[in-house]
Parts: sequence; structure tokens; C-alpha cells
Amino acid sequence: MYSASDLKKGLRIKMDNEPYIVTEFNFVKPGKGQALYRSKLRNMITGAQFERTFRSADTFEPADLQQKKMQYLYREQGKYCFMDSESYEQVFLTEDQVGEAKNFLIDNLEAEILFFEDRPLEVSLPNFVDLVVIRADPWAKGDSVSGKTKPVTLQTGYQIHVPPFVEEGEKIRVDTRSGEYLTRVKD
Amino acid sequence: MEDDGRLAKKRETLWKRARMIRAIRDFFTSRDYLEVETPYLIPALIPETYIDAISCGDWFLHTSPELHMKRLLAAGYPRIFQICKCFRDGERGSCHLPEFTMLEWYCRGMDYRKLMKECEELIVAVAGELGCGNVINYQGRAIGLQRPWESISVREAFACYAPMSMDKAVTENCFDEIMVSSIEPRLGLTQPTFIYDYPVSGSALAKERKDDFALAERFELYMGGKEIANACSELTDPKEHHRRFLNVNKYRHSIGKSIYPISERFLQDIAAMPEAAGIALGVDRLAMIFCDSSAIDCVVAFAPEFL
Repeated sequence: MYSASDLKKGLRIKMDNEPYIVTEFNFVKPGKGQALYRSKLRNMITGAQFERTFRSADTFEPADLQQKKMQYLYREQGKYCFMDSESYEQVFLTEDQVGEAKNFLIDNLEAEILFFEDRPLEVSLPNFVDLVVIRADPWAKGDSVSGKTKPVTLQTGYQIHVPPFVEEGEKIRVDTRSGEYLTRVKD
Repeated sequence: MEDDGRLAKKRETLWKRARMIRAIRDFFTSRDYLEVETPYLIPALIPETYIDAISCGDWFLHTSPELHMKRLLAAGYPRIFQICKCFRDGERGSCHLPEFTMLEWYCRGMDYRKLMKECEELIVAVAGELGCGNVINYQGRAIGLQRPWESISVREAFACYAPMSMDKAVTENCFDEIMVSSIEPRLGLTQPTFIYDYPVSGSALAKERKDDFALAERFELYMGGKEIANACSELTDPKEHHRRFLNVNKYRHSIGKSIYPISERFLQDIAAMPEAAGIALGVDRLAMIFCDSSAIDCVVAFAPEFL
């Protein structure tokens, strides 16, 4: 159980049976008045953001959140299917829940899925994922001026800027946090 | 909260803060106020509903110098001021430190209206010493110091800015919430603002208005949406003091807070207390305004998280 004075940025709490994350927080106290805790919260299921002011007597349950390692299987009608490789249990995430991660999801990729009770909320990927370049303009000699890049398309449809020497069919390593090219990889 | 590791970058702010404090001292000294020092470590304090003291052995660190400054006032020191550290348990936010610096002054024969005037004069004098002239630039806004400053009653402020009247907010138990969300952020933006005549329920030791016992002769000064000072015409009746102390302790007990020992010596001395007004001003908050800082951490050398 948390009390209002335990609130801080990033804390995840349960209210009305839904998980919320504290995105902003400040302690305030109007002259001679009581301590108040002004917070901004985001509903981790709907994404809705709002402001709430709590009193010091208010208490909160921690949100019962669990991370599970799961494998990405396929996408169907805008839903992304992941499977628990031990229990073979499957769950579906919406495009919104998957967010930017969709740019790096390749078959059988192992990812962490965050669950609230039995509901999947969001996916976090390994920091580095290797992806195949499926479309790239050929390397024109003379484009080797340092700092120059060209746009290519990866197997997930994601467009990324890479150094000019990267060719179609090659595999590259991408940082999933920044979405940027790191290096070429040889199988 | 600002990273306190960058101590060296606070040089300019710390110099300005020191000059500000020197200007405050000069102001009071030139007006024949006696600078006093009262103990930080005390056996009993003035109980306040929402102020929690830090215990120190069987005693407490004072939450304000009020109790002992009033004993001095009652003993015949008519004009006194003090700049000291005060300690309040659990207070930490962008404008709160559990250990902070307070300026408190008392003047015999004054009431809260006259005190507003002296408060204006103090801040104008300090601004002059700091070379601000008539305008303080705070967080992208110009706060003009030309007098008289804006003054608005709490009741008017609710009528102007709040979704309900002051009386309704008191009855519906949401006075504090409305103050912080709808009213405070609008006060003192273009010039410093006095907000006065608070409901008596939240004014520990303020005198009631003779024409309306539900209101206390109390004001707060706001600059840039921040509370800078709290003042009142002081209660002088020892019986009424005692009654209020007991009520506050009773209420504290009902909400699960500790109750505080009452100082018998204070109640004895206070019988001789003259008509007076007193004010407590947050020195760190005033430094935030003069240094254009959004967080209190910026205007002290060390915030508690970096000790």
C-alpha cells in the first residue's frame, strides 16, 4: 500500500481496478492549509492522461504488473500475436500498445510483455535487433563523403538512414530505443 | 529537482541570495527593529493543524519562531525581527524544503493592513538594493513593483477565479484544493498581490474581524503565483489561545496526527501581549523570485537529497 507522500514520477498504482503511471508530481501546501499532492497520471490501458490532486490520507494499491518473456509470432488484422514459449499461451496486442516497436518486430523475436493482471499492456524489445534491408539504392561511388547517408527500407517496412555502402539484402543492427542504424552484421 | 552536483553553477544565485538577506537586515535595522535569536530546540510548540514538527529527543525543532518571539513582544520588545531556519516534517516539493529559512517580524500597535504597507516597503527596498528597479522578471513575466499593489479578499478571489464561492468551498471541504489549482496560480503575476480575510477555521492565531467572526484578519503575499508571506493581526487573549490550541490538538488527534505539548509559560506571558501584527516570510521563496528560479533547490546550496 502506498500513501500520497510515496507518489513519485514513474510509480505505477492501481485505481478503480486499472493501472496508472505517475507522469508528473509535486508537493504543494496552500498557506496554513493541508499538504496536497498534485499529480499527472496516465492510464496504462487507455493511455488517457489527467490531473489529480491527492491528500496525505489517500492510499493506493500498487499496480500488479508483471513482465513476461514472449515470442513474436505474426500480425493479423492490426493485432500482434505473441506466445509464451513455455506454456504456448498466446496474447494479442493492438497497434497502439505495440507503438514504435512495430518497426522492429520480426518473426520469433523475443520480447518482454508487460501484463496488468492478465491483460497485456505494452511490449519492450531488446535494445538491438538485426533486420534485413529489402530495398536500397545501389552505392554510387563518390557518395563516400563522410556523414552522407541514404534511406533504405527494412523487412518490417521501416525506413531508416544508413551509410551509402549498405546494400539491398544485407543485414543491419538497429538500436530500438533511438531507431537508428548501428552497424552491418554478417550471418 | 535540480541536480545539486552543479554547486559551482550556483555562484551567482548564492551571491544574490546573500545580498538579498543583507538588504533585509539593513531595512529592519534602519527602522529600529531589534534582531533577535530564539531557540531552535524547544519543549513545546504552537500546535497547527497541518504543520508537523520534527522531534529531537523529548523536544522538537521549532516549526517557526512565533512562540518565543511573541513572548519577547509580550515582555516589552515592541519591534523585533529574526532570520532563522525552521523545520517541518514531510514538506518537500518544488517550493518546499523540510529545513528552510524564514524571516519573521512583529510590530506593536500595527494591524494587518499597516503590515501590508511595510511588507511593500521591504520588498521595494530589497529590489532597489539588488538593482531591479521597479520590475522583477520572473519566469518570462514582468512583476511590476509600483505601489499600491493589488489586494483582493479571499472571498473575491473565489468569485473571480474559482468554480464555487468561498463559503461553499469551506462547507464542501475543498478550500485547499481550489486554492492550489484555481487561485494561487493567478496571484501576483503582473504585480505582487495581497490576498486577505481568510476563513477563521484555517487561521491558527489570527484575530477575527470585528464585523465578521467567520473571517480572520490575515493576509498572504503572492508573487509569480507563489506564496511568499503569511501575516495577521495577532490574537492577544490567553483564554482564546488556549481554546484554539486544544481544538487544534483535538483535530490533529482525530486525523491520526501527533498532538503537541502546550507551553504554559507562553500562555502566562501572552496575557501581557499588546495589540500587534506579525508576519512570516519565506526567504528561499523570495530568493526564487529575485533569482528567477522555478525550484527552491536552485536558491539553496544544498537540498536534502544531495547531503
